[in-house]
Amino acid sequence: MDLRYSAADERFRAELRAWLADEVPKHGPPPPAHDWPARVAYDTGWQRKLFDAGYAGINWPKAYGGRELSATEQLVYYEETARAAAPYVGVNFVGLLHGGPTIVAEGSDEQKAKHLPRILRGEEVWCQGFSEPGAGSDLASLKTRAVRVGDEYVVTGHKIWCSFAHVGEFCELLVRTDPDAPKHRGISWLICPMHLPGIEIRPLPTLAGEGEFSEVFFNDVRVPVSARVGAENDGWRITNVTLRFERGTAFASEMINLQRVLGEIAALAKRVTRHDATAWDDAGLRRECGHLLAELDALWAMVKRSVSEAAQSGMPGLEGSAIKLYYTELFQRVSELGVRVLGRAGLARDDVAGLPSRQLIHRHLNSLSLTIAAGSSQIQRNIVGERILGLPKDR
Amino acid sequence: MDFRLTEDQSALQSGIRAWCDGQLPHERLAELAKGDPFDAKLWSGLAEMGVFGLRAPESEGGVGLGLADAALVFAELGRRLVPGPVAWTHLAAGLVPGAASGETVVGGLDLAGALGEPHLVEHFGALDVLLVLRADSVERVDAKALAAEPVATPLDPLTPVAHVRSLPSGERVGGADLAARLRLEGAALVAALSLGIAEMAQELATAYAKEREQFGRAIGGFQSIKHMLADMFVRQEMARAAVWAAGATYDQDGVGDRARAIASARVVAGDAAMKNARACIQIYGGMGYTWEMPPHYYLKRAWVLSTCFGTSEEHEARLAEMLGA
Repeated sequence: MDLRYSAADERFRAELRAWLADEVPKHGPPPPAHDWPARVAYDTGWQRKLFDAGYAGINWPKAYGGRELSATEQLVYYEETARAAAPYVGVNFVGLLHGGPTIVAEGSDEQKAKHLPRILRGEEVWCQGFSEPGAGSDLASLKTRAVRVGDEYVVTGHKIWCSFAHVGEFCELLVRTDPDAPKHRGISWLICPMHLPGIEIRPLPTLAGEGEFSEVFFNDVRVPVSARVGAENDGWRITNVTLRFERGTAFASEMINLQRVLGEIAALAKRVTRHDATAWDDAGLRRECGHLLAELDALWAMVKRSVSEAAQSGMPGLEGSAIKLYYTELFQRVSELGVRVLGRAGLARDDVAGLPSRQLIHRHLNSLSLTIAAGSSQIQRNIVGERILGLPKDR
Repeated sequence: MDFRLTEDQSALQSGIRAWCDGQLPHERLAELAKGDPFDAKLWSGLAEMGVFGLRAPESEGGVGLGLADAALVFAELGRRLVPGPVAWTHLAAGLVPGAASGETVVGGLDLAGALGEPHLVEHFGALDVLLVLRADSVERVDAKALAAEPVATPLDPLTPVAHVRSLPSGERVGGADLAARLRLEGAALVAALSLGIAEMAQELATAYAKEREQFGRAIGGFQSIKHMLADMFVRQEMARAAVWAAGATYDQDGVGDRARAIASARVVAGDAAMKNARACIQIYGGMGYTWEMPPHYYLKRAWVLSTCFGTSEEHEARLAEMLGA
């Protein structure tokens, strides 16, 4: 139970902190949510700066341009980027935290060489093609068909909740390659270039008015067989590798970031007036903040446990489901508190009376996806119940 | 940084667990609840295991370990609802002669927090010494010379209490610093005991849900029950992380704010203990509402602990101050 960072970790911290102190202010505030060209430029531009400074791919192998940091240096990285309020991964999410790690674990040498360095340099934006209208929580029942013709797959189907499809160059695409096998055994994982003929993208605005998601229609799209990651029909296992990374570590920076967010909400409560007092003068609100801080501390301690375990096993464990479950519900409570502190100012999604409505409401509305995406809270509870506690399956 | 148990810590944990499992199966708890739950033989066994002298220096007959190790041990005591003033006697090691060896049984009253009167002292009948924590001092009172009325029906059948109507001032053993330190360490021990309760409540409920059948199948297969159990597991693991972090932060220089880490652990683990104990009763169904089944002991002990070394509300308010600072 050693929480002390080593001298090497602390050197890394000091060097990173100094770099962030210079570069974060220079990069400026994020562009408006609807301005996608600006967002892509902002997010990929930041990624390029990270790469040039040697801070990209902190847990990726050096051979593919990564930094190959130790698990503890990764924690330092998350703590410092949160402290500096550094830009979020944004449009790089799927490439850096989803598809990229999957290629690191399961891809061919050729695929690694082709994609990983470009992802790290912010040159290659990825999107996701997992869910379908009829395959949400029951993802393995997906129907998008890939028929092999020579050295190509001919892909036909309908994907939904495709993050960043309208700006992505490549898609991590799950397809059914064997319709006769049991549903978990007929799936393959493809890297689908998004410029191919037969791909139609239809934006699907979220309740936050955001344009991150699209529906994507594939009509006889011809994807080279060489773009398949892993063996044919082994895609479900590979998907679980992807999802375990997502549940285990992809949100670590967001988790530590929430501590700063809660501090900002407390600071806001001190300047929001309620008649002749401030919102912070309410003992109930202060206790609620204290309770949330306790939970955030527990969550970060849990991440440290998980990272310490993974450093030995090389793979995030099943406790990732417990972390995802706890983190997403906690995020929603923190962001909802921010909205409540705004009071009537929260009726405006633009800043009024000098209060940061735009950011706080945006954050809370966006947070409503967290307990649904990447395996809903109900699916995570099934995983914890069945695979950790050993309870009987319900199907 | 390696936030896992060391080999020594794993051995300490499994050693104390095996001993507690052997000493206090649930049938034994039920027997103890019928009479005076303070069992002198059990107490000397705890002393031999080093529970009280765990953090006292080896030169003083202690084991010389840290609060992180004590947290591991106290989580095990919580799992088996070990009766007796274990936290107070542990805290008194090094302050009250004989506490480290368990020969002097030490209880206490924390009057520095929000909860003062009535002065209900746990396990009064077994005590040799009563420590009184005030905001600016720590005093010791001779418990044998103190008048107190035993309460006929304590909330927790394993935690008898006596009402001290008039508390004389005692011999001063320390000032505000000592009082603050004992309250902080006490809160960490309570958090650890609470973690043990949260964990065992989950394990009991999970085992029951795998065996109990209704509608022709084990009730643990129903999502309504499965999801409750999953939430219990999540609360338990977050509490474990927070309790370990509190111990390590306390023992190790430069890893964080000690008071914050302990307050957070106390809030999260206290919550986990109460919620898991209640959920355990619910999952046991009608049997959970009976005296015979163990779940009620866990709820009642969680309830006792929720009043010790600061309430959750006090710790939350403290954390809010740190956030606002």
